[in-house]
Amino acid sequence: MWIVQLAWKNLWRNANRTMITMAAIFFAVLLSILMSSLKTGIFDNLIKDMVGYYSGYIQVHQAGYWDEQLLDNCFEEDPEIQRKIRSHSQVKDISPRLESFALASTGELSKGCLVLGINPVQEQSITHLQEKIVKGRYLGSNDRGILVSEGLLKRLKNHVGDTLVLFGQGYHGSTAAGKYPIQGVIKLGSPELNDKTIVMPLALAQDLYSAPQMITSYVLSLQDTDDLMAIQSSLQQNLGKSYEVMTWEEMMPDIKQHIETDSANMKYVQAFLYLLISFGIFGTLLIMMAERRYELGMLVAIGMKKSKLSILLLFESLFTVIVGCILGILASIPLVFYLHKFPIRIYGEGAKAYERFGFDAVFPTSTDYHHFINQGIVVLMIGLILSMYPVIKVIRLNPVESMKK
Amino acid sequence: MDNTVIDAHNISKIYNKENIPVYAVNNVHLHVEKGEFTALVGPSGSGKTTLLNLIGGLDLPDEGSITINGEDITRMSPNELIDFRLKNIGFVFQSFNLIPVLTAKENVEFIMQLQGIDLGKREQRIHVLFDQIGLSDKLESRPSQLSGGQQQRVAVARALASKPKFILADEPTANLDSQSANNLLDIMYKLNQEEHMTFLFSTHDQRVIDRAKRVITLVDGRIVSDTASQILPA
Repeated sequence: MWIVQLAWKNLWRNANRTMITMAAIFFAVLLSILMSSLKTGIFDNLIKDMVGYYSGYIQVHQAGYWDEQLLDNCFEEDPEIQRKIRSHSQVKDISPRLESFALASTGELSKGCLVLGINPVQEQSITHLQEKIVKGRYLGSNDRGILVSEGLLKRLKNHVGDTLVLFGQGYHGSTAAGKYPIQGVIKLGSPELNDKTIVMPLALAQDLYSAPQMITSYVLSLQDTDDLMAIQSSLQQNLGKSYEVMTWEEMMPDIKQHIETDSANMKYVQAFLYLLISFGIFGTLLIMMAERRYELGMLVAIGMKKSKLSILLLFESLFTVIVGCILGILASIPLVFYLHKFPIRIYGEGAKAYERFGFDAVFPTSTDYHHFINQGIVVLMIGLILSMYPVIKVIRLNPVESMKK
Repeated sequence: MDNTVIDAHNISKIYNKENIPVYAVNNVHLHVEKGEFTALVGPSGSGKTTLLNLIGGLDLPDEGSITINGEDITRMSPNELIDFRLKNIGFVFQSFNLIPVLTAKENVEFIMQLQGIDLGKREQRIHVLFDQIGLSDKLESRPSQLSGGQQQRVAVARALASKPKFILADEPTANLDSQSANNLLDIMYKLNQEEHMTFLFSTHDQRVIDRAKRVITLVDGRIVSDTASQILPA
């Protein structure tokens, strides 16, 4: 216990140096947590935009549909399949969809669009589409109207209440055509989807594409999205080979790759940050050892065992790192939560650049507690490893040499 | 009863062995008995500090053996030597060397904590020691709040705290004014007289030499005179 007390007192023999080292660790931890939570927050947001509002985390299709996404590869809604899917403990909700393409036209304007036939009630539990309504009203199952994404509506210069003509190819080569009033406008997080999506009740889509009772997918929401592979595997086993069970990562490999690339880049930045912390701590240790060379020699001379002296110096380093870490973590908590509630948003050309890659230029932080703990542990480990320097110096210390002036 | 505290036999310390060997200590015999108050004198570079380092187990001789209280310290491992120093030898250095963040009391207590002595006994001994050095009112003072003489008296108390067999003092009065030096010498002399504490000084200070019961003169690493007539020239 007296070693701990002495270590704490020793920290304050050069208060300025200790404060500067603690400040370096404080800012490093703060930045590190901020970067880590921003990285996860941005990716979570991206996934939420692309996955949460569109694909769902897992989809079930007829086998082969994903390789050839034609209406002819759709399948009949089957209560037994639904029951099997729902029986999986990790499945929270499922929603059937009929998804295809059509040419949307109004007046002299036309544009290719993605048509989603959905069950308005079930879809709500998965993609919370109703919350995306910016004008008009959400769909009812028997409605004859459609929802148009904000970007598409602008391009077609339409308004709520206008009529849109959809034209395309239906099931088994039939012609799909229909006139639909615009009932509401949705704003989707993904700019790509926001520029091309039309949503209508499932029955209306089945009617448009002449595919009664047919769907292209069941979209699933999950209790826990951490272990998608295991859920996918057990669902696939339950449903058999006639169906394909796909995760969002398989359906949107470009997003997964983008996240992986960005994560790797971020790791380099973090490694650089850790390197800076290491130099900061090491510099302090170096100066401290040089300044106290005589004193350390004297302590060994009067009978302090090198093991005890090493523990003393280890405590001194650890106190500096721990205090810097704790203060950094405490300061990062309100900042991370603030940036989660009021995310960083980029406007102008910068925003357009992000939109070209298909996602909104909004950068929220993630409030997952692991960021705080993990970064704290990493900096603590760095401190612990660097604390070995004084220990090694003490092991090699020769009291006569150290006490030479 | 054998009163021998230090018995150095034929000890030499040689630097630069590969090229031109320099004998910092050259074939020295030294026998110190309990209760001696001995001054090692000699010009700078005569080997006083090296000899003290060898006797104190801080350095090992290249030749010869040193027995302290019957134990040959030249055969001990570095860890055993540290433990031996803690239990048997008190050190007083020229520049006081108190731990600046500890109070006077804590500096003295520190040695007893290293020895694992319990709190009650520590407190008791601290009060006795501070009475002896005349600083009972400075227990809670930091070294920076004490004069040089007071700091050196605390250093003596620290050296005594472990109840050593003898005290090695390297130029203890070199940084002190006359009055402080005399006070310090009074304290050490009294400890020698009343408690038969053995002191071995290295010094240039005439005041220390005047008080010493025995004066050993070193030149070029050899003992050239010993007032106790125990000169064993090489």
